[in-house]
Amino acid sequence: MKKTRLIDCNLFRLLCFVIIPLAVLVIFALKPKSYVTGIIITMGIYIVLCASQNLINGFSGMFSMGHAAFMAIGAYISAFFTLSTNVKQSMTPGLPQWLINTQIPFGFALIIGGLAAAIVAVIIGFPVCRTKGHYLSVVTLALVVVVKAVIDNQSDLTNGSRGIAGVPAKSNIVTVYICVVITLFVMYRLLRSAYGRGLIAMRDDPVAAQTLGINLVTKKISCFAISAFFAGVGGGLWGHYLTTISSSNFYFMKSFDIVEISIIGGMFSMSGAIVGSALFTILPEFLAPLEGGLRLGGIKLPTMFGLSNIIMAVILILLIIFRRQGLMGTNEVVLDTWFSKETYLSLFKPEEYRKLANVFRKKEKTD
Amino acid sequence: MTTSFILGMLMSGLKLGSIYAIVAIGYSIVYGILRLINFAHGDIMTVGVYMILVLMNKAGVPLFASVILSMGFSVVVGLLIERLAYRPIRDASEEATLISSLAVSSLLQNILQMVFSAQREPFILPTFLTESHKYGIISLSLINIITFIVTAIFLVTLYFVLTKTKIGIAMRACSENMKASRLMGVSINKVVMFSFAIGSALAVIAGLLLAGEYKTVYPTLGFVPGLKAFCAAVIGGIGSLGGAVAGAFIIGVAEMLFAGLAPTSMTAYRDAFVFLLMVIVLLFRPNGIFGSTEGERS
Repeated sequence: MKKTRLIDCNLFRLLCFVIIPLAVLVIFALKPKSYVTGIIITMGIYIVLCASQNLINGFSGMFSMGHAAFMAIGAYISAFFTLSTNVKQSMTPGLPQWLINTQIPFGFALIIGGLAAAIVAVIIGFPVCRTKGHYLSVVTLALVVVVKAVIDNQSDLTNGSRGIAGVPAKSNIVTVYICVVITLFVMYRLLRSAYGRGLIAMRDDPVAAQTLGINLVTKKISCFAISAFFAGVGGGLWGHYLTTISSSNFYFMKSFDIVEISIIGGMFSMSGAIVGSALFTILPEFLAPLEGGLRLGGIKLPTMFGLSNIIMAVILILLIIFRRQGLMGTNEVVLDTWFSKETYLSLFKPEEYRKLANVFRKKEKTD
Repeated sequence: MTTSFILGMLMSGLKLGSIYAIVAIGYSIVYGILRLINFAHGDIMTVGVYMILVLMNKAGVPLFASVILSMGFSVVVGLLIERLAYRPIRDASEEATLISSLAVSSLLQNILQMVFSAQREPFILPTFLTESHKYGIISLSLINIITFIVTAIFLVTLYFVLTKTKIGIAMRACSENMKASRLMGVSINKVVMFSFAIGSALAVIAGLLLAGEYKTVYPTLGFVPGLKAFCAAVIGGIGSLGGAVAGAFIIGVAEMLFAGLAPTSMTAYRDAFVFLLMVIVLLFRPNGIFGSTEGERS
């Protein structure tokens, strides 16, 4: 008989990846004011952003670093549709009159923000997709600089570098995690479709893919646009979480953070986005006490600001040296659990319980 | 719009261009050999400037000596980075090395922020250096003249090192074909270390000039100028030394002319303009203006 591991048991997976996270979410959704809730929301937003980053960096072979630009577009455009008329009159008087008077539900605003980012991605996609490798990274980084310059200087529309305050705080656990599930589901299905397989073929060998009838240009630009759409949605969520948006929230550092998370989690796996975001948001919380000067065995350590960033950078370097494919590699265990019927049906199948019991029994024997 | 105004703009463009040129050379040498965009290069520049600041203000070392000491320190930092972060992943994909260099960049910035602070610190050069003198219709300060001379000296020296010395020839061989040069008995590690050392030492000079221009130092000082210098190297054709210098002067002059001649509402788009210039050049000449047409680059 094939050896069953604990992770192969549907019930165990259900418990780890569905029931426990769901329980945590429900608990903290009920107390929206707590500090941990903020961390969980940030984590969710990063999952959306990283999943879209993984789609382009990991699966299409184009190493983009322009996510901050798409986030900024998504955040500003969606904010234009949710801000109250009074705020818009004082902060963004340059908007057309109909837009100042419009206020639409959060979900639609997010979609419009995402679409705006996708449109920009299509427009700049043509020059960007002509470049390869490093050059593509630098060109997309240039996009971040250009978008920041535009935001800083179109004061009528964006209130300049002072930013827009008073964005309604619509991002809570429920809205953010609905977006997370939708994003991951779309990505999961996309990568298993003919489109996704074509994408991976293009990444592995562009010439061979072309001979099999894959149009590289449409594939690259459409992939860029899909990724930008979700980045825009993520940006919108981020803006409605911060409630004050300014160009400095969407600069190099944000792009690097997202690339960093996607590398840590593993950019060839959508589950990697989840693992990476969880590490990136939770780990600094444990490192934070070190910055304030921790008392360790009677010795008072000095206060060191930025220590958690330093540790994260060191972890990243070590990870690149020793585990280049990221923590998850190409493993999709989390998403396979989330989006397969088997997982949920296993609750009603007695043989699944027996399988789980078997795993533990075997363990005792080997001990 | 007088002639002297345009000439003044041109002069400051050349000044900026020579700073970019010194940084771009560092980028270009390393890229030529390793195909690595060393994002940390701009931050090595910042490290050097902080070192000069500390030596001058805290230890009272004269400017010239502190620049030399700081160059030594930066070379050590550059070599350490190479040894610890880049050598283990030399055979990895382009993206992996890119990320590693970004991580190093973030590491250096945060260390600087921890040791000093995120605040801007004044960086005042002695007045005899920054005083401007009138020469005909253009006005120059001593530091401007020194900038030009230093750039010229370094370029000429580097040219001779690359064409006449053994290590220089080895460097050029490596950037052409690393495997073949290893087979010919070239020690790759030595070549890479030498190129990092040159790049780091040059970065300190550039940092000094840049900080003298801005009159302040802060932990992220070098990052954006570093990125612009990279743009310069790309425009000129990365991997080619002459191309990097030409690209740097093109960018410096174009940036200053844009800042001076464009309407005031546009001047804030300076940085964006430089990057757009790079994108446009890449579209029409994917290997840069002076880059070789051999092989696929971008």
